Amino acid sequence: MTLDRDLMQTIIKRYPRSRSAIMPLLHYVQSVSGYVTHEGIETISEILAIETAEVSAVATFYTQYKRGPVGEYHVGVCTNTLCAVMGGDAIFSALKDHLGIENDGVTEDGKVSLEHIECNAACDYAPVVMANWEFYDNQTVESAKALVDGARQGNPPAPTRGPNKLVTYKQASAVLAGLDDGLAREGVQAGAPTLLGLKLSKEGK
Amino acid sequence: MSKLTPVLSAHWDEADSFTIEAYTRNGGYTASKKALAMDPDAVIQLVKDSGLRGRGGAGFPTGMKWGFIPQGDNKDHYLVVNADESEPGTCKDTPLLMANPHVLIEGCIIACHAIRAERAFIYIRGEVTHVVRRVNAAIADAYKAGHLGKGIDITLHIGAGAYICGEETALLDSLEGFRGQPRLRPPFPAIAGLYARPTVVNNVESISSVPAIINNGAEWYQSMGTEKSKGATLYSLSGHVNNPGQFEAPLGITLREILELAGGVRDGHQLKFWTPGGSSTPLFTDAHLDTPLDYEGVAAAGSMLGTKALQIFDETTCVVRAVLRWTEFYKHESCGKCTPCREGTWWLVQILRDLENGTGTEADLEKLLDLCDNIMGRSFCALGDGATSPITSSIKYFREEYIAHVTNGACPFDPVKSTLFAGAVM
Repeated sequence: MTLDRDLMQTIIKRYPRSRSAIMPLLHYVQSVSGYVTHEGIETISEILAIETAEVSAVATFYTQYKRGPVGEYHVGVCTNTLCAVMGGDAIFSALKDHLGIENDGVTEDGKVSLEHIECNAACDYAPVVMANWEFYDNQTVESAKALVDGARQGNPPAPTRGPNKLVTYKQASAVLAGLDDGLAREGVQAGAPTLLGLKLSKEGK
Repeated sequence: MSKLTPVLSAHWDEADSFTIEAYTRNGGYTASKKALAMDPDAVIQLVKDSGLRGRGGAGFPTGMKWGFIPQGDNKDHYLVVNADESEPGTCKDTPLLMANPHVLIEGCIIACHAIRAERAFIYIRGEVTHVVRRVNAAIADAYKAGHLGKGIDITLHIGAGAYICGEETALLDSLEGFRGQPRLRPPFPAIAGLYARPTVVNNVESISSVPAIINNGAEWYQSMGTEKSKGATLYSLSGHVNNPGQFEAPLGITLREILELAGGVRDGHQLKFWTPGGSSTPLFTDAHLDTPLDYEGVAAAGSMLGTKALQIFDETTCVVRAVLRWTEFYKHESCGKCTPCREGTWWLVQILRDLENGTGTEADLEKLLDLCDNIMGRSFCALGDGATSPITSSIKYFREEYIAHVTNGACPFDPVKSTLFAGAVM
């Protein structure tokens, strides 16, 4: 796969100053290659007219930019305090055993990678698991195993609050580069915890 | 009468609430029309009069922040919305943007008009793919409908996993294409922010609160809340409760009242400790159930309202384990710029790990407090300060539990009991 330089120029044009486009360009590189390749760093440095070291400095600062291939489905288990206590630690430990990989590992078939992640802003749905940064709310050890098993068979369950079908890591990276995949209208507007206060107020409570 | 006052959340239960059709159907984009016909200074005054304070944690008066932007300086001005919601426990902006991104866009239009900015940036964290889709589509629809592109533009910028970028000057560096590291202040962003231009950085909820204030007036907003903490806000309840979720209520409601609405702490258990506003705010206990959850009330009780992220932990939770995990988070997220934070959080983790696994000593507690004393207030930003909050507050309220780890030579808690599926077949 090669990088589309014209598309990269349209990303740069979003900003008053070109350097601001480094982050979406890095997400774009991941959407093409699955991680931040050396070629990607060089291309960004060329079109922004800055040193490769400056692009690498940015790429290595942010945890979502990967320095090697991740799985087609990148699974993150929240193990920050609240999710950890509510079951995230048990889920993460079970998935490591189940998949036979460690933190930041990838299964041999290249389908699933695993990472323990920090708070993902869904604490009222704890314990939370993310796959390609889509929400899988209120997870259990069983549901998380079903998620990775489905992913390995190319048929993962749909996110709880997300599109009707889980997209691949590369496809999700394109969304994070700001590219429209037409799926914004899919999925629920909110889950039950989000709506709880509103529901109670309508009941006069 | 209900204790809750859904304004931001009023239409979230409509299945298409995130669309421009639903937003317009419910009166959306009338406030921006009204505001654009007003003198910008009058808009700033109205927001000042409403008493709206920043909902991103610090509680700084929003209208006053807008008023700091120099006028007639012939420079570009920028509005930057902080949607990098990452503070542990904080989960209000993400569901807001999922359910109604247009209220933020309309708020941006009004704020840009007020501060004479032609461009706003929304900096959203990168770990929420579907929220990015919704916001991106909403911006595109707002352009199509003519709300944007006529003097006010919005650019969506997507982060890539760095808690520190929620700090406003680190966010600006990140948006400029650098590593997200905080800047020394002064100069403050109002004078030299994005691209060294006058910049307002506001939280999602703050900006999203503005359209309703324009439509209903300052007096309406002032009629909710307490003397110095006006209005309603989103309280996010999570953890060991029967029904976690979002509760939009006037500032000053208490945890006891919210817990009653949520069906209480999970059945058969008792409240042990909680955070009033995320992990960077000192812990509270069951002694603080009746503390008014407004800026002053929480501060007077020794913590901070922060982001109103109420994380509830019951008696099955080991406080040392909880605090260790938060501390590991701060160590991981420290950007490395300032030595006290970078080195200090590393040492805090080493000592807490020993204490948690039972190989620590009582003297370690004093060492922890001494380290906290040497981190607090000694860095460019508040990340290091936040890292000390759970440690100092937990030692204050639960010193015996730390000592029990030392005398036991192990953690006295069973982690299985604190899980949501405790007792279920694994």
